[in-house]
Amino acid sequence: MKHLKAVFGNDTRQFGMIFALIALIVFFQVRTNGLLLTPTNVINLFQGNSYILVLAIGMVLVIIAGHIDLSVGSVAAAVGISVAIAMRDWSLPWGLAILFGLLIGAIIGAWQGFWVAYVGIPAFIVTLAGMLIFRGLNQKIGDSDSIPVPNGYQVIGRGYLPEFGPLTGYNNLTLIIGLALIAAIVTGALRTRRNQRKIGADMAPMWTVVVRLLLICGAILAVTLLFASGRRGTSFPVSGLILGVLVLIYSFVSSRTVIGRHVYAVGGNKHAAELSGVKSKQINFLVMMNMSILAALAGMMFVARSTASGPSDGVNWELDAIAAVFIGGAAVSGGVGTVVGSIVGGLVMAVLNNGMQLLSVGADDTSIIKGLVLLLAVAFDVYNKSQGRPSLIGRLTSGRRDRPAVEQPAPADPARNISETVHTEA
Amino acid sequence: MSAAPALLEMRQITKEFPGVKALSDVSLTVRRGEVHAICGENGAGKSTLMKVLSGVYPHGTYDGDIVFEGEIVQFKDIRASERAGIVIIHQELALIPELSIAENIFLGNERARGGRIDWVGTNRRAIELLRHVGLREDPETPIKTIGVGKQQLVEIAKALNKDVKLLILDEPTAALNEEDSAHLLDLIEGLRERGITSIIISHKLNEIERIADSVTIIRDGRSIETLDVAAGGVDEDRIIKGMVGRSLESRFPEHTPRLGETFFEVQDWTVEHPQVAGRLVCKGSSFHVRRGEIVGFAGLMGAGRTELMRSIFGRSYGTLLGGRMILDGREVTLKNVSQAIDAGIGYVTEDRKVLGLNLLDDIKTTTTAARLKKIAKHLVVDRNAEFAAADGYRRSLRTKTPSVEEGVAKLSGGNQQKVVLAKWLFAEPELLILDEPTRGIDVGAKYEIYGIIQQLADAGKGVIVVSSELPELLGLSDRIYTICEGRITGELAKHEATQENLMRLMTTTGSAAGRAATPAAGSTGATAAR
Ligand SMILES: Nc1ncnc2c1ncn2[C@@H]1O[C@H](COP(=O)(O)OP(=O)(O)OP(=O)(O)O)[C@@H](O)[C@H]1O
Ligand SMILES: [Mg+2]
Repeated sequence: MKHLKAVFGNDTRQFGMIFALIALIVFFQVRTNGLLLTPTNVINLFQGNSYILVLAIGMVLVIIAGHIDLSVGSVAAAVGISVAIAMRDWSLPWGLAILFGLLIGAIIGAWQGFWVAYVGIPAFIVTLAGMLIFRGLNQKIGDSDSIPVPNGYQVIGRGYLPEFGPLTGYNNLTLIIGLALIAAIVTGALRTRRNQRKIGADMAPMWTVVVRLLLICGAILAVTLLFASGRRGTSFPVSGLILGVLVLIYSFVSSRTVIGRHVYAVGGNKHAAELSGVKSKQINFLVMMNMSILAALAGMMFVARSTASGPSDGVNWELDAIAAVFIGGAAVSGGVGTVVGSIVGGLVMAVLNNGMQLLSVGADDTSIIKGLVLLLAVAFDVYNKSQGRPSLIGRLTSGRRDRPAVEQPAPADPARNISETVHTEA
Repeated sequence: MSAAPALLEMRQITKEFPGVKALSDVSLTVRRGEVHAICGENGAGKSTLMKVLSGVYPHGTYDGDIVFEGEIVQFKDIRASERAGIVIIHQELALIPELSIAENIFLGNERARGGRIDWVGTNRRAIELLRHVGLREDPETPIKTIGVGKQQLVEIAKALNKDVKLLILDEPTAALNEEDSAHLLDLIEGLRERGITSIIISHKLNEIERIADSVTIIRDGRSIETLDVAAGGVDEDRIIKGMVGRSLESRFPEHTPRLGETFFEVQDWTVEHPQVAGRLVCKGSSFHVRRGEIVGFAGLMGAGRTELMRSIFGRSYGTLLGGRMILDGREVTLKNVSQAIDAGIGYVTEDRKVLGLNLLDDIKTTTTAARLKKIAKHLVVDRNAEFAAADGYRRSLRTKTPSVEEGVAKLSGGNQQKVVLAKWLFAEPELLILDEPTRGIDVGAKYEIYGIIQQLADAGKGVIVVSSELPELLGLSDRIYTICEGRITGELAKHEATQENLMRLMTTTGSAAGRAATPAAGSTGATAAR
């Protein structure tokens, strides 16, 4: 246990969630006799859930800032139908249609952000209204009908990375991306360590860094090979690529930039944030607007995958996105949560769904089980907090937190007793 | 020790948090009917010891025994300790602002018949309890409309309702002015007459000297000694010696001010209350600050000092009706806090929990929060620079924490205050406004903070200190303004200020008296120097 902690950090929450995900995968892999981790199924799983995960990225920011967005499913549907119509009736090229969809998302987001940030109406109410408004809009625009979308456009939902280069038996582009990612992670970790040494920060022991790197890189390699070995022509899905890029960008923005800091600050204590010079209205506006833009993207990806836009697209998506975020460790009261955590939360739900489908569990039981998982995950979190264990933001990628125990600083006055170093173990 | 038997004995209490040993083998004996004080530096473990005693940290999460009224007790929560007659009033008040006084007193203990609240009985009993604590208020008044001093009395009334045998007060006077503090101490003495034993934690050692029968000193999580104050011979210096392990020669570092030109000036500043239209919280206030100067602001609670400062700080309070602000010879308008920070103004709030800290944050992000730009390149935060900066302040302020990566919520009250200070020192303002900067801070750390304030002044910055502790203002300030009911009623240079004349100016109401006082002061010290 102590060694596990040294590798994964004192963060029981994130630690727990990733292990839950691994346990789920192993469980279904065994129960389905290996059906879960076949290239086809994993590719399916990603394609079928990438839009929910895209929503989760926006939703976690909204929730960190202390709000909620119930309208995402309706916004996605409204944008999906508009884009489909634009391509059919105005023969807009699909590239432009995507930009057009994002623009609609931005306008809708500005509308909702305005009410939340500048008029001060709780986001719950604004987006509840939005849920009705944009659902209605979807049906009005599309005449409650289904509208097909052209082949070129379907790439963002159904496409795969192209095949090229020598015949290796694998998809070469997928391999390249996987290896590049591994290289980036290793150099990043080394640079962090060098910097830590330079400024004299506490450092994790070398072996924990190495073990962690090996585990992460091993996992990436395994996933890469899995995707790359798909049937020729089907390899890493384009929607997965879009998701991956978004995760990288948003993780970076939320944890490393001034704006990201401000989002956490507003959600943690709005008054204190304002007295530190944070413009909380601007932040709230941006967060709500960003959510609708991502909802627009999710809607378009879904339409592309299902080859047509229909009147019941996006129903209940908000619930899946919100569940993913809370399973991923965000707090209802705001100020806490991570992008990566929410993705893990979303994957837990996705694997559950997929695994039970493979086992032909009925929709009724699936729903009951998903509900229980949500409840248990959050209960685990609450229990951890009540035990005074660190359960806040997980930083699996940070090397500083994972000291098993720490010393009290030595008092400046030598006459005083120096407190003992204590090793606690849970 | 005298003949009175022990009411409470805590034996060899050890309490660990993940990675921190907050208490090791602490023992405490409290005799029946005494007022027992606990003293120690910030983070020594005082609050933790009291939380162990009152069941906040339940039996099983600590080692050692608690013997209460001769029996070993094992409380599993606060309710259990209350049933035994132990009531704790925490460092941070726990009243519900929207509810009335009576509702707060009976919260969790409602007087009801068959599920329906008995309002007549509730109010009658509330009036009776309020009379005991000397508070003349309608029990139906909402808590949020009465001051902190009165809220503290409501907390005690709430405790009395629970048939208390041992009352624990964790820094009850930290947020109170002298008058309210005196009243509270009288009340505790009154309770002692009625046979109620109290434990009081305070950094105001003069109060301890006045009220306590004995003092237990805790240092770095260990009980050092118990002094018998009632027997005499124990004064503040003796307590300090126990707390810090050496004696402290003076409470204020030596300092000779090097005054420069006037660089900040406010004229006819008039501010309206944010909710109540027509109610003025600042009435035509004018004052100035010179470079290298430490300017004190004295006033009673509710006089409008905080309101004035916050309104100057980017209009973060109330509606500005009129007034000019001149910075470095130019008139400026600061419409929001970020403009104020950019213009070089910093404000350390008096209310660190609500306005100063994001309790979910860690120390390093809090430290840099007010001036993130300083360590960000193209909006990307340089985390190494951040760590280095925060760690520097941890060292210079001697914040007691294992690392700046810890959450601020885990720090003791005084150490949280140091982090808030660090945040504004990091912002490097030209004018730093400090609102009750040493609230809840121990004597040793106060001395260090005074030193830092003086260094700021020596570096040519201006410092404004708002404080309810007159000795602090007198010891630190080069010049002091007094405020009463939103009006500046006086201006005294260091050499002419005394507790008495400050007190008089702080309570001079009415514009006539205010005008009379200002020229008298102005003719001598500060205005001449301008
Ligand atoms: N929940 C917690 N988790 C981890 N450490 C804690 C927690 N609560 C307190 N501590 C640590 O225990 C030590 C004692 O804290 P405590 O609050 O008892 O100090 P204190 O004597 O009351 O100080 P102050 O005068 O500043 O209020 C501190 O080092 C503090 O950081
Ligand atoms: Mg304390």
